[in-house]
Amino acid sequence: MEALHEHIDEDKLELPSEPMRLNMGPSHPAMHGTIRMAMDLDGETIMNVDIQPGYLHRGFEKSCERGTWGQVFPYADRLNYVSPMLNNVGFALAAEKLAGLEVPERGQYYRVVLGELARMADHLTCNGAGAMELGAFTPFLWMLKAREWIWDVLEHETGARMTHSFGRVGGMAAPPTDRFVELVTDLLPQVMGVVDECAGLLLHNRIFLDRLHGIGKLSKARALEMGVTGPMLRSTGVESDVRKDNPYLVYDRLDFEIPVGHQGDNYDRFMVRLEEMRQSCSIIEQCLKQMPTDGPVSIDNPRVTMPEKRNVYTTIEATIAHFKLVMEGIKIAPGEAYGYTEAGNGELGFYLVSDGSGTPYRVRVRPPCWYNLQACREMIIGGMMADIIPTFGSVNMIGGECDR
Amino acid sequence: MSAQALEALQAELGDKILSATSQHGDDTAQVAPADWAAAATFLRNQLAMDHFVDLTAVDWPERADGTRFDIRLSVRSSTTRARVHLKTQIPEASAVPTLCEVWAGANWAEREVWDMFGIRFEGHPDLRRILMYEEFEGHPLRKDYPIGRTQPLVPYRDADNIQKLDPFGPTEGQPFGRVQWQDRLEGNDQQVSPSIAHQSGQRPQINIEKATPLAATPEGKSPERKS
Repeated sequence: MEALHEHIDEDKLELPSEPMRLNMGPSHPAMHGTIRMAMDLDGETIMNVDIQPGYLHRGFEKSCERGTWGQVFPYADRLNYVSPMLNNVGFALAAEKLAGLEVPERGQYYRVVLGELARMADHLTCNGAGAMELGAFTPFLWMLKAREWIWDVLEHETGARMTHSFGRVGGMAAPPTDRFVELVTDLLPQVMGVVDECAGLLLHNRIFLDRLHGIGKLSKARALEMGVTGPMLRSTGVESDVRKDNPYLVYDRLDFEIPVGHQGDNYDRFMVRLEEMRQSCSIIEQCLKQMPTDGPVSIDNPRVTMPEKRNVYTTIEATIAHFKLVMEGIKIAPGEAYGYTEAGNGELGFYLVSDGSGTPYRVRVRPPCWYNLQACREMIIGGMMADIIPTFGSVNMIGGECDR
Repeated sequence: MSAQALEALQAELGDKILSATSQHGDDTAQVAPADWAAAATFLRNQLAMDHFVDLTAVDWPERADGTRFDIRLSVRSSTTRARVHLKTQIPEASAVPTLCEVWAGANWAEREVWDMFGIRFEGHPDLRRILMYEEFEGHPLRKDYPIGRTQPLVPYRDADNIQKLDPFGPTEGQPFGRVQWQDRLEGNDQQVSPSIAHQSGQRPQINIEKATPLAATPEGKSPERKS
């Protein structure tokens, strides 16, 4: 190879006159899950991008149409697999809305506590992974350490670390364990300690801040129009949270704030998630104080909730109820309902249609990621290619939920 | 608060609202497909429904009046926090106007409905499949699409200036694919991948003085390679 300084006639150097087409993903370490971005680049500036989801499509909605209502829960776990408890509770609430059921108070508090723990795990993952992708590996490991602690508690309660399948139509699979309050009370200060440590580590780091400030901006009006919800919408300055606007469970009895950002850039999204973890912590503390120490967590209705296992083996009534629920499922009267909750990434809606049989006629998930990802296109156009990483990271696209 | 929105919609559109229900607290107004875009625009402009929530469809193949699909739009107001659902019923092979102009968020939602149900949206800027691939046959969320149906293999896509290996051939898509002895002894196998052989402009040498056909080998032994 000849040395570069020889024989170079600058007039003859050819610069590309057309934008370069570059594919990013579907298998790319920063494309969480599997997303393909086909980009037109001018140098390193993104001129246009086509975001192509669907590589993780597993036919969630179709699969739901052939089981019972209860059999949707394991599928729902695998939507947003970073905070599966929120999906469990979301689907249970939508089905209960359709069936006209209300869970006992203790069950509602239990759902809120487990759900908020899952939300903290979700935000820890998002912020941690976002920092890791910008080179800050320590906060990532610390935050995942805290997530492990949360999962330890969830494992103690539900038996599974990640895909709990713990929600039921009409309640939860099991009441809180004896050590529930103690474990959660011990957990919270530890997790918040890690959150504060990580915030201290990152928020005075010039490199980290430079990658976040003013990058990937989204305006308020555009975010609303594109259907953006959750932390991403709040980061643009819209004070919107399903937990406040349309309170479900016991959220109307709890005192918490909605953090909002100013300009919808990566920094705002990071900070909104950080603050939401603190709010979740406060919600859980209030719940543990208000939660009844005794009482059922599920509705006492043999047509809806499973009988106790020991009764199934000893009494004929429970055997029949068990058989009917397993073989035919819960019979929900014909109708349709749109149940929506605030999941980790925004409004998780289930539009359910029942035809009166034990099988859902249609289960439509309104995945928050779907619309957040749609808006992501405009956030990265015009920016540098390297900024896709923090921007896409802060959108927190979860493949299982987006592609279903 | 949502009920007010429903009343306002009825006051404005009058007879065009075919039905208005609040089953389970979801305020839903049904319009004819012809009034779909007008009703949506009214929601957006007059009732300040600026937050797009969702657009989806339901398949009812057995419905008597022949309107096979329900299309359902959910929107919300960020100021009044009211939610309204708009619904229309269309027969198969019919289309509804797109709402991309009203809410930009309808873009992907309509693409998904097209992908999953095969409902066309007139005037949509980019009505491609979104979850499935281009070559997918049928629309999976239709009730007459069996869940166990297998799709045909996608034919090899030809692209200019790209050398790809056939994934199911002897190379298994790898430049270091397994040796096919039968082909190799007949002198048909190139041993290294076609693309590499092509690039280096050579055909790899095979050091066999006399190739014996595999079938003719006595006692079914593989022929030994001589160096």
